[in-house]
Amino acid sequence: MDLDHFAVRALVAGLGVAVVAGPLGCFIVWRRMAYFGDTMAHSALLGVALGFLLSIDLTLAILGVTVAIACLLLLLQRRRPWLTPDTLLGILSHASLSLGLVAIGAMAWLRVDLLGYLFGDVLAVSRADIAIIYVGGALALAGLAFFWRPLLAVTVHEDLARAEGVAAAPAQFAFMILVAMVIALAMKVVGILLITSLLIIPAAAARRYATTPEAMAALAAILACLAVVLGLGASLRFDTPSGPSIVLAAAGIFAVGLLPLSRWRALSASLFRNGNSS
Amino acid sequence: MALKARAHQRVSNRLRHKVADRLDEGHDEDAATATGILISARDISLRLGRVQILENVAIRVRDGEILSLIGPNGAGKTSLVRVLLGLLPPTSGEIERRPRLRVGYVPQRLAIDPVLPLSVKRLMTLTARRPLAAVRAALAETGVAALLEAPVQALSGGEFQRVLLARALLREPQLLVLDEPVQGVDFAGEAALYELIGAIRERRRCGVLMVSHDLHTVMAATDRVICLNRHVCCAGGPASVGRDPEFVRLFGPRAAAALGVYAHHHNHAHDLAGAVVEPTDDAGERGAGADVAPRPEGDGGS
Repeated sequence: MDLDHFAVRALVAGLGVAVVAGPLGCFIVWRRMAYFGDTMAHSALLGVALGFLLSIDLTLAILGVTVAIACLLLLLQRRRPWLTPDTLLGILSHASLSLGLVAIGAMAWLRVDLLGYLFGDVLAVSRADIAIIYVGGALALAGLAFFWRPLLAVTVHEDLARAEGVAAAPAQFAFMILVAMVIALAMKVVGILLITSLLIIPAAAARRYATTPEAMAALAAILACLAVVLGLGASLRFDTPSGPSIVLAAAGIFAVGLLPLSRWRALSASLFRNGNSS
Repeated sequence: MALKARAHQRVSNRLRHKVADRLDEGHDEDAATATGILISARDISLRLGRVQILENVAIRVRDGEILSLIGPNGAGKTSLVRVLLGLLPPTSGEIERRPRLRVGYVPQRLAIDPVLPLSVKRLMTLTARRPLAAVRAALAETGVAALLEAPVQALSGGEFQRVLLARALLREPQLLVLDEPVQGVDFAGEAALYELIGAIRERRRCGVLMVSHDLHTVMAATDRVICLNRHVCCAGGPASVGRDPEFVRLFGPRAAAALGVYAHHHNHAHDLAGAVVEPTDDAGERGAGADVAPRPEGDGGS
């Protein structure tokens, strides 16, 4: 593979993120945590600002800030039970995003491509970015595999899992870290504002065809990869922004899955007949 | 014949309980183990925020007995179960479990999101890998062997409760904790399910702690009843609890009368009515209301 070509680098980076985002996104969907993922993603911009301010590695800064926001959320939920999680998420999500924007704006000496962070700039990924994506992605997948059974058990019923000896808290904490990792990795590809869609759309699209959680996770990874290939292809062909193109491709795959199967059978049958007659 | 044996067993159980009660007054740990106590809790109080959920509750489950925990909605039954299972730390009080106690738990309201594809087989092995033969055997024991590959969302209320029961049995439990095991089950299915729980107790000699807000049916299979409304209102055999004035006040005269008729086919209805007539207490009203909660649709799944 020729990593010298920007399109190849983009594809390699996109596939690396997709393979992790698919399975992890299943848990986001199963646990109804789409908004939670969104909040963590939004706070990533604050991580970017902090990274520049302290001149530390951006990926690490994003990891730190997203995990801190998630912890703050859990703490507030416990201490202020009269605030619904939904409201808290809304507050934290937009407060952290705004703080990130203000902080980046305040650093007048800094020239950053804000749109690139918000919506992704996969066509600009470097070899180093790819290395980070693959090492981090492999770690995240390994972590997900390790915590798979306890996490699934806790997702089905936390009390039942705990009563049967599953250590719920470590699994839930690990899950938060994994989401933070994927956000840090996926930011380059689809951007802060669109990360959640790469997590939930392939998972939602995979649900229909899966009969076990494991099959759904594997299929979500495949569909996410398909979305990356189609989206990047369209982006190069029609010169559309890459991140949004990938998300649109995923949404298209999801939409195809909404059609009733009987309709598909009828459609393919009629195509087949036409093919024969002509 | 079998019935007679069972009745005899129940009597001997009760005798044993009396002995155990006397021994326990001295808080003698060795004696507790010797008399087959699976789990024992004393002076349990639980406060969440400003709400007192439980107050000085004592409860004890022994080998091979069915203990029914009843009480109106909001009485703290599920909280007590969570405390006993170690899921919720009590504000005060102590809990003793038999060392390495194996518990099979069927929680209240387990709703599986339709977005999670889960077959019965996969649900059975959710927290631990199990050989397929063991999974099949457990499902067969609760009469739902044919559902092995079915998606859980397609099950009826009765089928789902039986699958959950099989899940609990898969762990070879010494203690079964069943929180509202007949919810979402129709009347015929309910009777069958209680019968099944009774049969499981006979076969496996495990202790059963059963939570219910439904007084009418629970009683037949049960050895002892604890009536909870934040504190233990009354405890004892099903018949004696039904006659307890505290119980009557809590659940209202109609519930008590129905119960009395059910447990004792001959008499006592007027006896109860005499002890009761003071409907000024709002706890009684609430209890009576909670008692006739609508039963969701669902088939027996047998």
